[in-house]
Amino acid sequence: MDKKIRVLVAKPGLDGHDRGAKIVARALRDAGMEVIYTGLHQTPDMIIQTAIQEDVDVIGLSLLSGAHMTLFRDITDKLRENDMEDILVVGGGIIPEEDVPRLNEAGVRGIFGPGATLDDIIRFIKENVKR
Amino acid sequence: MTDLAERVLEGDPRAIARMITLVENNSDEAPELMSRLHKKTGRAQVIGVTGVMGAGKSTLITELALEYRRAGKTVGIVAIDPTSPFSGGALLGDRIRMMEVSTDPGIFIRSMGTRGMLGGLSGAVFDVVEIFDAAGKEIVIIETVGVGQAEVDIIKIADTTMVVLVPGLGDSIQAIKAGLMEIADIFVINKSDRPGFDLTMAELESLVELNVQAGRKRTPILGTNAKERGGIKELVEEIKKHYNELVSSGKLDDHRRMRYETELVEIVRKRLMNLIFDEAVFKDKVDSLVNKIEKKEMGPYAAAQEILSRVLK
Amino acid sequence: MYDEKKLKEIAKRKKEWETTCYNPLKERSPERMERFQNLSWTEIGPLYTPVDIKDIDHSRDIGFPGEYPFLRGIHSTMHRGRLWTMRQFAGFGTAEETNERYKYLLAHGETGLSVAFDYPTLYGYDTDHPLSRGEFGKCGVAISSLKDMEILFKDIPVDRITTSMTINGPAPIVWAFYIANADKQNIPRSQIGGTIQNDVLKEYIAQKSFIFPPEPSMRLTVDTFEFGFREVPRWNTISISGYHIREAGSTAVQELAFTLADGFEYVRAAVARGLDIDAFAPRLSFFFNAHNDFFEEIAKYRAARRIWARGMKELGAKKPRSLLMRFHTQTAGVSLTAQQPEINLVRVAIQALAAVLGGTQSLHTNSMDEALALPSEKAVRLALRTQQIIAEETGVTYTADPLGGSYYLEWLTDRMEEESLNYFDRIERLGGVIPAIEKGFFQREIAEASYRFQQEVENGKRTIVGVNKYQMDEPVEIPLLVMDEKGEEVQINRLKKLRRDRDQGKLDRALKALGKAAKGEENTMPYILDCVHAYGTLGEICGVLREVFGEYKEPAIF
Repeated sequence: MDKKIRVLVAKPGLDGHDRGAKIVARALRDAGMEVIYTGLHQTPDMIIQTAIQEDVDVIGLSLLSGAHMTLFRDITDKLRENDMEDILVVGGGIIPEEDVPRLNEAGVRGIFGPGATLDDIIRFIKENVKR
Repeated sequence: MTDLAERVLEGDPRAIARMITLVENNSDEAPELMSRLHKKTGRAQVIGVTGVMGAGKSTLITELALEYRRAGKTVGIVAIDPTSPFSGGALLGDRIRMMEVSTDPGIFIRSMGTRGMLGGLSGAVFDVVEIFDAAGKEIVIIETVGVGQAEVDIIKIADTTMVVLVPGLGDSIQAIKAGLMEIADIFVINKSDRPGFDLTMAELESLVELNVQAGRKRTPILGTNAKERGGIKELVEEIKKHYNELVSSGKLDDHRRMRYETELVEIVRKRLMNLIFDEAVFKDKVDSLVNKIEKKEMGPYAAAQEILSRVLK
Repeated sequence: MYDEKKLKEIAKRKKEWETTCYNPLKERSPERMERFQNLSWTEIGPLYTPVDIKDIDHSRDIGFPGEYPFLRGIHSTMHRGRLWTMRQFAGFGTAEETNERYKYLLAHGETGLSVAFDYPTLYGYDTDHPLSRGEFGKCGVAISSLKDMEILFKDIPVDRITTSMTINGPAPIVWAFYIANADKQNIPRSQIGGTIQNDVLKEYIAQKSFIFPPEPSMRLTVDTFEFGFREVPRWNTISISGYHIREAGSTAVQELAFTLADGFEYVRAAVARGLDIDAFAPRLSFFFNAHNDFFEEIAKYRAARRIWARGMKELGAKKPRSLLMRFHTQTAGVSLTAQQPEINLVRVAIQALAAVLGGTQSLHTNSMDEALALPSEKAVRLALRTQQIIAEETGVTYTADPLGGSYYLEWLTDRMEEESLNYFDRIERLGGVIPAIEKGFFQREIAEASYRFQQEVENGKRTIVGVNKYQMDEPVEIPLLVMDEKGEEVQINRLKKLRRDRDQGKLDRALKALGKAAKGEENTMPYILDCVHAYGTLGEICGVLREVFGEYKEPAIF
């Protein structure tokens, strides 16, 4: 078996700040993962369909507009509806401390705010990937 | 869970996706499942798309896919990007240009890294074509890496190979001279609204003319503007024409035989390499031979011969 | 600037100093780092002397404030005459909530307004569009129609204050909302002043709030230029922005070079339309970032003024007003840390000081809590107070370009200009700004720089206080802004009522006329204003243009 971790890096919502998503995508590649990047303005449906077709192990969501409570949860709800809970979901952006437990509860397992290191993210994925 | 091969045959997207993962990972379960799928293949029409970077291949493929969808056909797309030789990871970004079709249930897109395979393809791409075929996709489109080098292996797998160029800069014509001339069944000059289109068209026509004088077939040249959906219908027509010729002349069977032969060789090659370099028995042997080469006790050819004689005995 | 003999002597003395003084000490106790590189990875030497700036000619390269090449500032009196405009970017939730915030800021001494719009507005969608889900009022105020604009500026004298609006793709429409609001109050268009950002090129390069493809976007931009100098002469019809390029991770040199390349591109496009360069050039304005490397930032602003003046002259501008670069500055949002947020106050103060020393015309200082959420009232007030301290306590405003003549600064200014010109050459070779965008040139350059910087932070080569050094494990105690949860509902109901109450026939005719103008070559602004006056919504008007122009999809660049 030559298993590689496949990660979907997705930007839901309307904000165009892709510096973080791109840096993370490159870092994950440099850590030996296959990273599918979808570009900007993805609807939850687009993200779910892509996750299915690409058979990813991880979905990394990046959102800096503050719409995370709505959109991250839309996505985890749809993952549950589609029986795709074996996919590890992590998220990054401007996320206030008080939102973190609610997002965890909704199924976003790792939350990485400003100042999280690339190593933190890589380690978290490697330790928590479910399959 | 019902049988994976069964579900692939039913066209279940998640089964298709998982099956592709199994072949990409060289999983132990893959060979048996693939054998079962193989029996149900042979119907899909396979289109290869290669050409220089920045030629707009992904956008063109999206428009092609949409055109086939309008004709009621289902489409599978394989988009290949390079795997980093240093980390083994890959950034697969072709999908960005295809997102508008990502929620169409009749289109299945899969991004793949080359994972060490040269020639602009991925080692598992043969299997992926078979999987799409078995799952009932009528059209399969393969986008090669497109780093500007000659990615000639695509003809071993595609029924029709399109070489996509863009006006201006001369990269395109250079690429043609570097080996893309011979593999093209159809030339597409995309971004036809760009300045320099006429010039590129003229240069390409004269190259094709030279080829004709040398006794080869005249390769058709089409102008498209994928962003504006220009020339797509005509391109689909041209692909159809080429495919029909293949069928009526019996060359399609030659094509398919070439694909199977390439795949067979590829599987044997991969297995042999794994056997020699990955499995514990031989690993020690390889190490000790390398030591001998280093100490000049033996040359690399003699060392290679020793491994081969063991494998072949 | 020095005679040959003097220079030789200085060069000789410097050598001596190195051998007898500097090198021995360095050997005994090594310097803290092997190489000192600024944020553009330019290697900084231990000492600069007149030898490093020997090729500078005072009258050609430096000159006087208010005179070509404007290196030392655009006004002869600079901040002695007038302070910069203190303009805090603000907006959230509904028009009502933001209107309250504006009145608060004006009451605390702010001298100009700056509107932040939410994402649906930035993309030309109404609040009730499906893609607006979750985004309402999050990063700015939602403005979907003239009605919202009327509420946003209720009881604010738009003939006496100036307003800057950060809006790009749908800039002509949102500007039309503002103009129509003044029209309704019978304020002559010649009396309103302000700025629309309207810089689409940097959207493709960095910020990614684009709607249309480059060509029609450029056409709309030139439409606003033309309409502006004819009808709204006090309005800056563009703010050519390096800010977002920098926020996307570029270096200071890239910010400088790409922004000016964009600026010249707009000028060429307008000239190609047949507009007189001296008619529109005085209404072009700029917007830069103020980041952490103090001297590099100051050199950047100075180099920008000189490159612009020289370039505009080459393009045929004659009036001095066309040659001078006016710019707004905002401190670097990307430099704010979520850890120990109070220390952001200090960062912002130093960045703001650089902007002032660099001769800015207007300034926004970030609030300390912005890495966490939208700023609270108190945090905004402290940010404004920072500017007031620089303006009124430090004395840095007493003379023009106080650091001019510093060997280091002049050397660095020259070097940044040179590096920018190198970038211009590379862009030219790619066929110009738009082809370079389509090839992903800028995007790739920026991605490289941002990844490299991040790696240096991770391996400790670059220090970020509180993040990779001097960390503390303590809960963050910052009061965060709480928004009205009912806001979205209020806004959607207002939209519904608006669509019900307006004269639909009149609007339909206006929208149709706009579509026809967009397909043709007429200036679209008058048609957009007709739609706005007929209470067409942002989404409806933008929808007509989307239909005609199509939408832009970006190339995949990492």
